[in-house]
This record gives sequence, C-alpha cells and structure tokens, in this order.
Amino acid sequence: MIRKLFDIIANNAVPAVFIIISAFAIPLSGYSASYLIQELLTRIGRNSFLILSLLIPIMAGMGLNFGMVLGAMAGQIGLLLVCDWGVVGIPGMVLACLIGTPIAIVLGLFCGGVLNRAKGREMVTSYILGFFINGVYQMVVLYFMGWIIPITNPAMLLSRGYGVRNAISLLGIRGVLDNLIPAVISGTTATQQFLSVNGNGAFIVCQLPFFEGYIRIPLATLIVIALFCLFIIWFRKTKLGQDMRAIGQSQAVADSAGIPVNRTRIIAIVISTVLACYGQIIYLQNMGTLNTYNSHDQTGMFSIAALLIGGASVSHASIANVFVGVILFHLMFIVAPVAGKNLVGDAQIGEYFRVFVSYGIIAISLVLHAWRRNREKEAARRSLRGNKGGN
Amino acid sequence: MSDNNNNAPLLQLDHIGKEFYGNRVLSDITFDIHAGEIIGLVGENGAGKSTLLNILFGMPVIASTGGYEGRLQVDGKNVRFTSPNQALAHGIGMVHQEFSLIPGFTAAENILLNREVLNGSIMNYVFSDRVSTLDREAMHNRASAAIHTLGVNINPDMIVSEMPVGYKQFIEIAREIDRKNTRLLFLDEPTAVLTETEADILLTALKKLAKQGIAIVFISHRLSEVKTLCSRILVLRDGRLITDQPAENLTTREIAALMVGRESERKEIQVEFPSEPVRVDDVNEEIIKPKKKKKKVKPAIKVEHLWVDMPGETVRDVSFEVKKGEIFGIGGLAGHGKLGIPNGIMGLYPAGGKVRLFGRSLTLNKPRAALNRKMAFVSEDRRGVGLLLDEPLDWNITFTAMQTQGRFLLGIPYICQFRNEYAMTKEAKKYIEALSIKCTGPHQLAGELSGGNQQKVCLAKAFVLKPNILLICEPTRGIDIGAKSLVLDTLKNYNKENGTTIIITSSELEELRSVCDRVAIVDEGKIAGILPASSPAEDFGMLMMGQTKQANDNEEEEASA
Repeated sequence: MIRKLFDIIANNAVPAVFIIISAFAIPLSGYSASYLIQELLTRIGRNSFLILSLLIPIMAGMGLNFGMVLGAMAGQIGLLLVCDWGVVGIPGMVLACLIGTPIAIVLGLFCGGVLNRAKGREMVTSYILGFFINGVYQMVVLYFMGWIIPITNPAMLLSRGYGVRNAISLLGIRGVLDNLIPAVISGTTATQQFLSVNGNGAFIVCQLPFFEGYIRIPLATLIVIALFCLFIIWFRKTKLGQDMRAIGQSQAVADSAGIPVNRTRIIAIVISTVLACYGQIIYLQNMGTLNTYNSHDQTGMFSIAALLIGGASVSHASIANVFVGVILFHLMFIVAPVAGKNLVGDAQIGEYFRVFVSYGIIAISLVLHAWRRNREKEAARRSLRGNKGGN
Repeated sequence: MSDNNNNAPLLQLDHIGKEFYGNRVLSDITFDIHAGEIIGLVGENGAGKSTLLNILFGMPVIASTGGYEGRLQVDGKNVRFTSPNQALAHGIGMVHQEFSLIPGFTAAENILLNREVLNGSIMNYVFSDRVSTLDREAMHNRASAAIHTLGVNINPDMIVSEMPVGYKQFIEIAREIDRKNTRLLFLDEPTAVLTETEADILLTALKKLAKQGIAIVFISHRLSEVKTLCSRILVLRDGRLITDQPAENLTTREIAALMVGRESERKEIQVEFPSEPVRVDDVNEEIIKPKKKKKKVKPAIKVEHLWVDMPGETVRDVSFEVKKGEIFGIGGLAGHGKLGIPNGIMGLYPAGGKVRLFGRSLTLNKPRAALNRKMAFVSEDRRGVGLLLDEPLDWNITFTAMQTQGRFLLGIPYICQFRNEYAMTKEAKKYIEALSIKCTGPHQLAGELSGGNQQKVCLAKAFVLKPNILLICEPTRGIDIGAKSLVLDTLKNYNKENGTTIIITSSELEELRSVCDRVAIVDEGKIAGILPASSPAEDFGMLMMGQTKQANDNEEEEASA
C-alpha cells in the first residue's frame, strides 16, 4: 500500500513540482489570464508538433531521440531554399516540407543505422550524432550555399558572396499556418474593438460574456497537431506499432518471434526525424525569423525537457504528457523572468532559472530512469529467488 | 498428423553425431518419435541434450561449426534444417528454458506475437501489411482457444508481468499450440520454475495435448515427473544414448544411476587422482549424532538461510556447517546455484541471510569484510575476476595481500608507501617453485600462461593471504588432466599441512568425491542433501535430479510394498 502510494508520487513528482512552482510564480508575475492563455496557445501551436515527434522512438524502446535535431536541420535547409526562391504562404511551407522530407529520410536512415550499432546507448549516441551532423549542416550552409547550391538573393548571403547570413527573415511564410483560419475568443466588450483594429468579417469569433480582452487562436496549426495526434493513436494500433512496442520491451524476444528488429528501429527513427523536420518548419513559421546557425541548437533539448516535465519517462510517454509538458514548461518560460524581476529586481534570475530547470530536469529523469531500471532488475531477481530467504 | 502414412514415425533420428572442433559431444544417436507420444529425455549437464536440440531445431550454431553427421527424417522424408524457421514449418515447436515473453503485453498479444490478426486496408498495397491495424477481438478469441486446449483458465487480456510464474509457462506453450501445424513439441525444463500444483496442472495439460496427437519431448531433471508423465525414457550420457526404454521398466533410482554412470566406471575415473584414505569417519559420526558433538567443535563456517542474487546461479535458501580443517564440497547441476554460494559469502553478489565464521557473524555484501576475516577466494572466472592478465606474476600473487593486509609494502602507512619489489619477487618465486608453475619467471605476464598454470597462480594468490577458510570455485575447469590432479593434490596438501578449512565448488562430482570429506548437492537454489564422499554415486545422482532424501526413501518403500 505504502509502496503503491510512493510509486504514484515518484511517477508524477516532476509535473507536481512544476504545478506548485507555477502556482507561486503566476501571481508574482502579475500577468492577466488572457495574456497567459494567449501566450500558451501560441507556444502549444509552436512546439507541440516537435515534441510529438519524440513519441515513436520512445515506443520502440530507443529512449529520448536527441537526434531529432537532424530533422530540424533538414527543415531549415528546406526553408532557406524556399526563402531564396521567393515561394510564399502555404505553398512555401509545403514546398519546404517537400524539400526537407528526403533530407530527413536520409539523415534518419543514417541515424537509425548508427543507433543499431550502439544498442543500449541510443540517447548519448544520438546526442553526439546531433553535434556531428551540425558540423555537416554548417559546412553546407556556410560554404556550399551560394557556391555549389545557387542562392540568388544577395540579402541572404554573407558579404563575401557565399554562405548564409545568421538571421534570415521568413516574412513570406510568417504565421501563414497560424492565421490560415483566423479565429478569436473575446469578451463581449472587446469584440468590437478587436474587429475594428483587425478588419471585419474574416474572423471566426467566439464570444464569452465573462471574458476580458481577446485571444487569437492558431486554429489551423492546432488542427494539424490534432491530426498528428490521431496519426499516433492510429499508429499504435497498427502491426508496425505493435512490433515497436514489442521491441521496446524486449529485443531478444521480438527477434526470436521473427520481428525484424533493426529494420523496425530504423523506421522508428526515420518517422521521428521526418516529423521533427515538419515540426521545425511549423515552429519557424510561427517565429518568423530563422537563426541559421542556432535555431536547431536548443530544439532537441527544450522539446525533451518539456516532454519529461509532462511526466513522461525515458521508456514511456503519452500524448497527454506532451500537452501537460508543453503547458507547464512554457508557463515557466513566460512567467519566470517577470516573477524573478518582481521578486529580486532582476530578470536574469528567471532566465537563469528556466535554463537551469530544463537541463536539471533532463539530468534528473535520466537518473530516475536508471534507478528505476535497477530496482526492476532487483525485483525480478528477487522473484526468481522465491518467497524464502527473507527480504 | 501423418494421415497418409501412419507407420512412418513423425521424426526419426538416424546415427546423429556432432563434433565441436575435434571435441565429440554426440555420437550415434538413433531413435524415433511417433505422433501422440511423450518422451522423457534426461541427462547430466554436458551430456549433449542442448546440442541435440540445436540440431533438431536447425540452430545456426550447428551449421557454423561444420554441421552434423547422420540423417533426420520427418514423415519418412529426409530433412536438414538450417534455420529454426524451417523446423517450425515442419511443425516442430520448442519451449525454451527461459521465458521468451514480453512482460508488458497481454497473454493474447504474446501468444500471437508476430502472428497477429490484421484488419486489411488499402494502405497495405502502398506500404506493407505492417500498416494495418490489429483485430483485437479475433486475437482474443484465438488466444483463448489456444489456452483452452491446455485445459487451464487464463484470461487472455491479463498482462504477463502480473501473472504468476506458472501461467507464463502455459502462455509459452499456448504460443506453440497456436501455430496451426505444430505436431512435435520440445519442452526444455518446463517445470523448473513451477510450484508443485502448477507442475501438476502442466503435466495434465501435456497429457491432454498428447491425446490430440501432438508428440512431446519432455526434458527435465525432475525424474519423478519424467517417470509419471512419459511413456518412453531416453537417457543421454557423454553424448551417447545409454538407454531407450518404456518408462514402466525403470525406477527413478535406476534412471539416476544411468545418468551419472555406474559404480564400476566411477573407479576408472578416480584413478586420475592419487588415492588417499578418505577421512570421513569422524565427520560421518557427527552427521549421525549432531547434538552430542556440536558443543565441542565450533564450526569454522556456519551458513544460515543464505540467499544470493547471482545471475544464472540464484541461491534461494541454503544452510550448512563446515568443521574446522574439513574439505567441504559443493556440487550440483549448472545453474542451480552452487557457484552462487561462495560468491555470495565473499560479497561479490547481493546476498542475505547469516554467515558465521568461528562463531562471529560476517558482514555480507562487502568483499573487503570477508577478506579481512582471513577468507580467501579463488573465482571460477579465472581470467575475469581471478587475475590481472596484463600484470606480471609477482604482482598477481601478492596483490590481494598487499591491498588487504598491507604486506609487501615499504614506508609509513597512510602517508607514503611503496611496493617492496624485492619481497614480492621473492614470495612469487617461492610459490612458483612450490606449485611448479611453468613460466619464464616472476615477471612474466599472467595472461601468457596456460590455463592450468593460471589456476595455480590463483591458488598461490589465495595461499599468500594465509587464509583460515579457502573458498574455491571450479578448480579444474578448463585445464588438462595432468594439471588437474596437481591442483587437487595441492589443495589436499595445503589442507593437511595448515589445517585450513576448504570449500570446493565444482561441477565434476568425481573430483569432489575424491578430494572432499563431505559433499553437499545443490538443487534449485537449495541444499538437496549432504553426503559423505564415500556414498555411492547414485545417491548423489538422485539428489542432483531433485530427489530429496525422504522422497527417495518413500519410493523405495513403494517399490518394496
């Protein structure tokens, strides 16, 4: 009984701690509810797709796919080319996806192949692999673009004539998905005011009498994310999903049952990489600017941190974990700097805190995972020993 | 079932033989299996059972080591399996000793693992059928049908990790049954993990299956089960088929004797070791009247309810006493925990229970504590645990003494100490001479020596500690016959000269019987019995096969009645 209770607390300790911290930080920050909800909706739209791309490798027992940055890089290459060719709007995004997909597939095949040679050490291997591919990416972007790969727009290139500048404006596709189906939730008083500013008629308006201010909703993005969730639910029900679950629990058993273990693991990584590529494109269309050399850097780390804060572990993650995680993690992002400023008069403390937290949470969950696995092994051995012999 | 030709046996083995790198493990195995028959296959470790299974099941290890001799026939047609899938296609299924189930899956998911029932979809044409969804309801029905064939009642939606161990065994068998064409089932030690009632249910289920025409080969070391279940019993020893008889012609005692070899053969083997009168008389007396003598002599080591979590050698509940100056043997089949006992006492694997040395209790789980109490240990893993392979002999011999007893050091303790190379070399030379270790000198690297000489270095390392109690695992594993007797003689002499208590763990029963005063036989993590070394070989055999002393007596009574 006590052990059960302990297990429940241990399994949900991370989200619980974040809820408690947020409960203190939200009043300290002094933000209004409508502001917070607006910010959160934006960030759910921006980040969820990236985090969802982590689920399939976890199902296949490959842990947290730090290699998702490979997909992010593929997406960025697509965006850079689209930006140069001047394709704008939804066609631009689709084209970026089309360019990114084959690159992501190749990178995923490579990553999966490497991870099959490093079984049991997938996470650290994919993490370091991220650095390696980052080097290749930089070579392509810094030396090949404008030299081997033609870039016609001189504004994108460094003054020396080849290599892409660090800050690229994505004005052409900025917010195109978010605003594809414009929608707004607003209080009765704010509706008229909002519509007069933003033009009439084009908005789906949902009026709530008790509400103050207004919240724009990135409806199309949310629909895409919902479709993705449906995809994952369906995928779990397929034979391939079942095989991945089997491999995730015991590679040896799956192998002896004739499931092609290595092939299936590669498929899991390829799917994850391709989805991360789309996720990064969605993320950047929301941001509106592309930091050629930095945007992908933190993608993996922050997505993984968010997923873990949502209560996932290295071996188990659900769709609910994704959304709980994205809300709690980004609530912290929004609230912590201001709360820190109001508390100690320095916004840096909040900034410091959120970085500290995201790395700390990854470290803790990796330790917890190892600890839990050892405990399970011990329990398995104890059950072998039978009831006799105490302990 | 073979409906066109009822006379042809399901499976026929014709002079099957196998050599591994010039080492003969199977020769001239000939027998056949008919539909609906239950055959018991028994034999000691190393008798060739697993090699035979590997051949029948087409394991790649056979082909990669040069194939096998003789012919295999299924339904009167020659076959030669090169992969397990071919064996499966011919209706031969196998339930392994270890569970191959996925813990987080339900019974149904496990039974139909990789044979799931799928809903077709258009996507199949685009990708493969791996993108179709599972038909859960059909899977549930098929699984429960397979479970019901066994005559047990298990909910197909139960998660395997939440099942009692016995259920898992049924799920494994149900998985083989679900294959439509399974006609011959090999069960490797299926009852090893079951309780008595669970084992009974399993045996009933197997009989039921046999009635439906499925042939079963039942491999077990629990002879009473083999006797009650099987219609025919095959005994393998040293790679040869010793006997093939209907079960009712044999008693369990006879089977045990056939497995370990007859008394006359035992003596032949014993010639290898220089004979010496076995000093069992006084010990024997103590076993018979333990209460009278107990007060006088404090046991050197007293083990109570020891358990050890050594992977593959789990010790469940072991209690025994060893007198000062005694040589005590621990024997038993591989995997039953005999190696776990000394490893657990030395603190190398997680252990619990009570161990007392000369009346004072020993801290478990700390190798240092055991060493400080002047125990020395010679590991069965000579190259892994026993030696520093890339270091010279003198280092190896003096290393433990230096670390734990502060010997062979110069300088001021805790502040600044150096190795005393001179003393180390001198000590090493002494032992190289005494044990006649063949080497170029004390500075040769340990990894360059032969197995027998490495073992002598391990012994020297233990002797340098001047132990009160010496624990030795598998002293003669992997060394040639000449070195074997030398190692055993060394142990005997050391015991005689210094009165050191020695506990030897070995898979070779004859070796234990020639060196030890008493021998304990471990079975399924427990002591099945302790016998004086002079007891007849069958008695040890019976203990190894899971027959405790009382069970033995009961059967004899039945036989006489």
